[in-house]
Amino acid sequence: MNGLKQHYAKIIVWAILLTIPYWFTYVGGYLGLANEIVIYALAAMALNFLLGFTGVLSFGHAAFFGLGAYGTALTIKFLVPSTLVGLAVGVLTATVAGMIIGALIIKRRGVYFAMATIAFGQLFFFIANRWNSVTGGDDGVGNWHRLPINLGFAKIPLFHNSLVYYYFTLLMFALAVGAMGLLLDGPFGRSLMAIRENERRARFLGINIELHVWISFVISTAICGLAGGLLALLDNFVNPRDLRFDLSGVLVVMAVMGGMRSFWGPLLGAAIFQWLREVLSSHTPNWQTYIGIVFVLVVLFFRRGILGFKLSTVKS
Amino acid sequence: MSLLQIDHVSRHFGKLIAVKDVSLTVEPGELRAIIGPNGAGKTTFFNMISGFFPPTTGTIRFDGEDITRLTPEQRVARGMARTFQITEIFPELSVAGNLRIAVESAAGFRMKPWLNGVQKKLVAERIDELLTLGNLTASANNEVGALSHGDQRAVEIMMAMALRPKILLLDEPAAGMGDQETYDVSRLIRRVHRDQKLTIMLVEHDMRVVFNLADRIMVLAEGALLAEGTPDEIAQSDVVQQAYLGKEADLGKEAA
Repeated sequence: MNGLKQHYAKIIVWAILLTIPYWFTYVGGYLGLANEIVIYALAAMALNFLLGFTGVLSFGHAAFFGLGAYGTALTIKFLVPSTLVGLAVGVLTATVAGMIIGALIIKRRGVYFAMATIAFGQLFFFIANRWNSVTGGDDGVGNWHRLPINLGFAKIPLFHNSLVYYYFTLLMFALAVGAMGLLLDGPFGRSLMAIRENERRARFLGINIELHVWISFVISTAICGLAGGLLALLDNFVNPRDLRFDLSGVLVVMAVMGGMRSFWGPLLGAAIFQWLREVLSSHTPNWQTYIGIVFVLVVLFFRRGILGFKLSTVKS
Repeated sequence: MSLLQIDHVSRHFGKLIAVKDVSLTVEPGELRAIIGPNGAGKTTFFNMISGFFPPTTGTIRFDGEDITRLTPEQRVARGMARTFQITEIFPELSVAGNLRIAVESAAGFRMKPWLNGVQKKLVAERIDELLTLGNLTASANNEVGALSHGDQRAVEIMMAMALRPKILLLDEPAAGMGDQETYDVSRLIRRVHRDQKLTIMLVEHDMRVVFNLADRIMVLAEGALLAEGTPDEIAQSDVVQQAYLGKEADLGKEAA
């Protein structure tokens, strides 16, 4: 994680994210697309904390994304009309689910772990899709919207000003990504990478593998839940597709395509994915085919993803 | 008091009895070698001591405590470190990066999100010590995967040393090495044994290494204890000669 290249990468990424609302339209984008990219990037980076830096593959992260989204929406709609409380409940829901599911499946490894995450992911999808009285079933959760944040002396107009909401999202992104970056630079993060590199050696250095993987899983699900909550707030709506199996796959594709060994790789992957979806889906209903082709090319020719290829010489 | 006390340990895999009623004590400061023909149960015996799997029957006491059913992590915490026949390191990290993870884990920092200045200095100093001890200072920033087999072995031994073990278990430290590398790794083992007054137990096929280093030798054959004694006693033992010669005679027949 050290080195000059990482430092420059950080500066470039933040310069782009901070200024994008002011020039994105000139290159064919729009604010809502930028906002979606930031949100999916956060989810993909959260997944990659587990996948790229702990070496554990989850194919069920949509469940936690969806729990964050439903938790946020249902809280604001039925319980407390507050954006921040809603978001907090969303994150908490995803975190608690992550803790329980993590504890149940942590002993499994590799394919078996991934399979177990799929199973739990499907479970939550069917609950959301069938429990009509609470989740609205297939119709999703509508008829609510994000609310301004009252600071006492001033109000932050989150709802009527999408630019303000973009920067609110970016602030949440910064906090979560900053926390992950900090962890990966410290001893705990190095323990995770030790597990990724060689589980047997890590164990015989006294590292408790199950505990470390569990904590990594919970951090990953919590931040994924945050991303889900932010998407619900962006759309003022929750769709059961937000926790469907496809999204889990999409998050993995974003991380792998961008480069799962590099910290910012999933951000690039999310940007490319969302951009391609935007451009292609207006021309053809088969847009996923073309994204699939791009993914195949990346996997074949950039073994470590687009960023991983260029940064492969950087070692800690 | 003995540092390691193994009482009537057996291990069954289904119908196969890999280790049959073996007892052994290791005194503090001793360098003990385990030898035996292929399939004698050396590695199974070793894996039970380090905690891969528990024995089917029997007990293992370490430093006065029954550790028969403890996990590897728990054994590490009590002062047991080991290396493997096939070197187990973090191939994509540098030498210093490998040692850093071991040092931080040993210092109890493995769960900490970050370190303060004092802790960072402590870790850096310990890494330097280990680099010096392992003769690895020149390659500190090289990727471990690109080092020679002998140097990779030195890194693995130093990672084990980072844990400040009371006993170091070495599973065939000279496996697959040329003459020079074998000589180097023997010297390294002798150095950590003498300088740090460290108790070491090793399994090894290379008899030069064994008779050079060991204070006492234990011979396993077909899962059972065949003989035990000083290198001289073992060299002159008829039973041991027979076990090895018999095996080699068999090998000769296969080749012909």
